[in-house]
Amino acid sequence: MAIIVDQDTKLVVQGLTGSEGSFHGLRNKRYGTRVVAGVTPGKGGQDVEGVPVFDTVVDAVEETGANTTMVFVPARFAADAIYEAVDAGIATVICIAEGLPAHEMLRVYTYIRPRGVTMLGPNCPGALSPGKANVGIIPAEIFTEGSIGLVSRSGTLTYQIGHELTQMGLGNSTIVGIGGDPVVGSSFIDILERFEADPQTEYVVMVGEIGGDEEEKAAAFIEAKMSKPVVAYIAGFEAPPGKTMGHAGAIISGSSGTAQGKKEALEAKGIRVGTSPTEAAQLAAEVARG
Amino acid sequence: MDLYEYQGKQLFSRYGIPVSDGRYVTTPEEARTAAEEIGGAVVVKAQVLTGGRGKAGGIKLADDPADAEEKARAILGLEIRGHVVTKLWIESASEIAKEYYLSITFDRGTKQPLLMFTTQGGVDIEEVAETNPDALVRLHVDPLEGFQPYHARRLIYGAGVEDRSEQGQIAAILAKLYEAFVGTDAMLCEINPLIVTPEGEVKALDSKFTVDDNALYKHPEIAEMRDVEAADPLESLAREKDVTYVKLDGEVGILGNGAGLVMSTLDVIALAGGRAANFCDLGGGGDAEGVVDALEVITRDPQVKSIFFNIFGGITRCDEVAKGILAALERMPIELPIVVRLDGTNAEEGRRILADAAIANVHPEATMLDGARRAVEAATK
Repeated sequence: MAIIVDQDTKLVVQGLTGSEGSFHGLRNKRYGTRVVAGVTPGKGGQDVEGVPVFDTVVDAVEETGANTTMVFVPARFAADAIYEAVDAGIATVICIAEGLPAHEMLRVYTYIRPRGVTMLGPNCPGALSPGKANVGIIPAEIFTEGSIGLVSRSGTLTYQIGHELTQMGLGNSTIVGIGGDPVVGSSFIDILERFEADPQTEYVVMVGEIGGDEEEKAAAFIEAKMSKPVVAYIAGFEAPPGKTMGHAGAIISGSSGTAQGKKEALEAKGIRVGTSPTEAAQLAAEVARG
Repeated sequence: MDLYEYQGKQLFSRYGIPVSDGRYVTTPEEARTAAEEIGGAVVVKAQVLTGGRGKAGGIKLADDPADAEEKARAILGLEIRGHVVTKLWIESASEIAKEYYLSITFDRGTKQPLLMFTTQGGVDIEEVAETNPDALVRLHVDPLEGFQPYHARRLIYGAGVEDRSEQGQIAAILAKLYEAFVGTDAMLCEINPLIVTPEGEVKALDSKFTVDDNALYKHPEIAEMRDVEAADPLESLAREKDVTYVKLDGEVGILGNGAGLVMSTLDVIALAGGRAANFCDLGGGGDAEGVVDALEVITRDPQVKSIFFNIFGGITRCDEVAKGILAALERMPIELPIVVRLDGTNAEEGRRILADAAIANVHPEATMLDGARRAVEAATK
């Protein structure tokens, strides 16, 4: 099993002919992901190392049966690319592109939710199910297959924690980057729900950061709905209010969205929170080893 | 990006929201001329990106042009919560019969714009929300449906506005404010107070406006409103060099790759007993060019006593980062102790490259926690 991406993933890369798109698309392909198509308007009929390129997503879906898209187009074209994919029948959208205007994402989110589309990002590293499929920019080499589900708003911080888990001999079912923007396609709860239902996943590590209240909502969800143990890590205790810390969504507004508030909300529901990425990985190891 | 009151009011005007006649000035003499042009009593208002202007003496009524010049002289140079006043807004004075509050915020929790309206305006709205929550009417708008006239009716009747003329004016202002909110990609549009004059005219007496940085490419005229002088000089330099940097108060300069990892690095520095001097994200790159730019910004902060590179190699390879650091140090000699933690892809090779170079003040470390401890130690020695 695993979640979101696996052997059944048939990936179309929107922006495959760009430098980033081809680098990561082909990297995903070498990993074993079924990369079936690329889309670049005006370049239909070409191919990128054997992957056929189409002018539109509809063409790509009709010809190849693609069911998942990776959006690698510049931010100003990303919303359009997502609508195009969803209207072509794509069920899973993974948007690596960074810098989408928040209002555009608000409309995208409102459009895709009732259509049952799964979306990660924008501004996310994608999803990796070790041994099955990798869609995005997560360095697969540092992860191994296992039973820990990992969900995070941040890329490198996830790699850091995953790396520490690997060094302790622990592997992952799926690593999911939900993205660092104020509005993203999937919340922590959306992913936790899937990990709870996934037979391969036995434990979950949730990596949050300042801004918004998704970690607080997740805390209540974990207590009410999850049987699998969850440990957490929160970044940004030292972040000053009112400043955007790299991620557009990482900002403390007034007194809301602080790391301390999130930590307390999680601990109040009995969820252990590591003080450093290393300690979070150690907590996960403790749980996994009983 | 936060806008000044006068900039927000310029946008209000553009969308047809009534504001008082005003002029933007930077000297007492200009204040006098502005008051002459406007005629009658004026208000001299400090333009700073912080609250509490009134209490700090940053807003004063002036009876005539000479008085406006004098008041301007008194306000210019004032320090309000760390912001020195260099800009003024001279505005025709308004008589106030009632003070309301109106705002639209980007509610990331519900993922919808949130309208808020109350007749208890002119005060801190969080206070109203706490002490008199029923007086604050809140209403979400479906972003695909957009603003509809019924939204205005819900707010106006909900808040208990009974005067027919006021109702009509507020409904019109609400529609225009929503148009401004969406049209400028705003994260916040706030009018506090929205006043009613004794003659029954409704207008915006203040403005608070925040625009999404990611959408500024669509609004070059708003992007140009950024006040380069008021920003922290180091943050301005960073912006120029396209380095993601936030100035903090500590003594350990931080460079890392990835926003989450850098935030985490600040926390780990605190755990080790130190304080970070900055947030700085190198992003995916670790090439010499990016490292030089970042180091240039960080070392210009006189508070920095040591530097901590915290790199986790994913797609970025640690050996390349190590080479980038060495190349950067060749071009830009630094005497401060530099702790470099390289982990992840090709970490050992990266550490070996640094060790072989044997630069006296460069100290490779293998883990984030060890690196943090060493950097704090080096800063406090």
